[in-house]
Amino acid sequence: MHYLFEPGLLGSGPVRTALLVGTVVAITSGVIGVFTVIRGQSFAGHALADVATTGGSGAFLVGLNQFWGFLIAGIAAAALMEGIGVQRRRGRDVATGVVLGAALGAAALFLYLDTQQTSTTGASFTVLFGSIFVISPDTVPALIASGIVALVTVAVLARVLLLTSLSADLARARGVRVKIVGIAYLAALAISVSLAAVAIGAVLSTALLIGPAATALRVTRSPVRAMAAAAITGLAATWLGIVLAYDSYYWPPYGHGWPVSFFVVALVLVGYLLSYARRPNRNRMPRSPHEGTECSPA
Amino acid sequence: MRNEAAQELAAARATRPELLALDGIGVRLGGRQVLSEVTFSLRKGEFTGVIGPNGAGKTTLLRVILGLLEPSGGRVLIEGEPLHNSFLPGGRPPVPPGASPIKRRGYRARNKAAIGYVPQKLVIDPDMPLRARDVVSLGLDGHRLGFSFPSRQRRELIEAALRDVGADGYADARVGELSGGEQQRVLIAHALISHPKLLLLDEPLANLDIKSEQEIVEVLGRLAREQHIAVLLSAHDMNPLLGVMDRIVYVANGRVATGPTDEVVTSEGLTRLYGHHVDVVRVRNRVLVVAGE
Repeated sequence: MHYLFEPGLLGSGPVRTALLVGTVVAITSGVIGVFTVIRGQSFAGHALADVATTGGSGAFLVGLNQFWGFLIAGIAAAALMEGIGVQRRRGRDVATGVVLGAALGAAALFLYLDTQQTSTTGASFTVLFGSIFVISPDTVPALIASGIVALVTVAVLARVLLLTSLSADLARARGVRVKIVGIAYLAALAISVSLAAVAIGAVLSTALLIGPAATALRVTRSPVRAMAAAAITGLAATWLGIVLAYDSYYWPPYGHGWPVSFFVVALVLVGYLLSYARRPNRNRMPRSPHEGTECSPA
Repeated sequence: MRNEAAQELAAARATRPELLALDGIGVRLGGRQVLSEVTFSLRKGEFTGVIGPNGAGKTTLLRVILGLLEPSGGRVLIEGEPLHNSFLPGGRPPVPPGASPIKRRGYRARNKAAIGYVPQKLVIDPDMPLRARDVVSLGLDGHRLGFSFPSRQRRELIEAALRDVGADGYADARVGELSGGEQQRVLIAHALISHPKLLLLDEPLANLDIKSEQEIVEVLGRLAREQHIAVLLSAHDMNPLLGVMDRIVYVANGRVATGPTDEVVTSEGLTRLYGHHVDVVRVRNRVLVVAGE
């Protein structure tokens, strides 16, 4: 135990804050990630993360906490994504690509100005790769509250989201307002991405969103279990990542801890690979090769 | 203007309403007349096949009945109640004057609850975390906000619906891993669990092997007979349905011909409908529709 938990781990204020925030982030990302994967919106999650980079670096420039920058930019991007031509897939791809390029270009400018202004290189690293050990305790209540808002939104929409994932037409025929549900869900996704960006950085936030969810979907069958498994996987990766990062202070190069983000993302990957080792019992035969052929004359 | 409409509505209610009635439905999509003058009705426990070649407008017709598509003319009545807003002037829902907006929504919701729907061939990812029983459970209240708690009553309802379609053997399998025929059964159970009066299925036999095709037709025929559910399904081939179909709605060229199969599917009738010569050939209780010279 001594080797894993270096002395003073739980006595350290920043570590306690990190564990608390990490818990909120892991649960939110895990649960929302399950819906992101089954709705096929991983790319939307990634796009939101890119735009959040712009918001976070802009917030640094005006002296605002980067979480608010992530959040405002994320929500704005979510609204924009729903707004632009959702009808035509190709048009949407092109529009998204152009907007993302512009957003990252602005982020490059903001980050450059940040480093000029503050004469530290910390801003870029904090925005892009996170800074869970230097979260100011003042923002913790806001982080927790945002996580709760996102989780409650998804909990209220859970059944409708599942029905819509099964078939949007089926949901529409039952009177579901598919478009409004989609917007509410994207807003929850934007919050979740912002939280993950605070913990492990805007660039890596998708890993915590998609990784545990994808792992959970490989090993569970029912929606509730998938959400629980994703939250637990995310929690394990985050907590262990924080502990390892703390320990790494004593690893070479001595006196410099390794970034938490590295450990979290690496552990998420390990979890995903492990899920390949154990598939759930498939007692069903694979689809018959005869399906898909139409035998009857019209 | 309003009074007239109200009188018309009262008259429609007074005559013994059919379960579903389409009255002169026309649909324009993107400036093109897709369907015109579609009129037919069906009663409890009747089995109706909407038959026609691909692209004839079968799915469009079903979408109108579901309330997903507003017709450009005519009206759809479910138990004598208009389904679409446009029936009354000003696009108002058919509710008594003075009813609250919530009540108005309630009216439309009730119309929709009368219909169980099985959409066209779904592609369900094998990683979708839904077991067969979860899909059926969504049929109970998947359109509502909040979450449902498991209870014994709920479990029994779900298992009864799965038994009704012969899908109880794979209640705990992931729906994405089931075969096409098995998925159809689960989706039918999903539609059945809310006790609809009308079951609407869009091409449920497409991409099924012959055995599954026969089994699904048998399940649907039994539901119509034993539970008195009206079944309306679309298909591009009428042959699997000949034994169970009470009425055919033949769609071609944007128009329909409807009635008993033997009366509708004749060389003369279909030639008129298609607008060019068509031969109907009967071989050992099977019907072939062949383009003529």
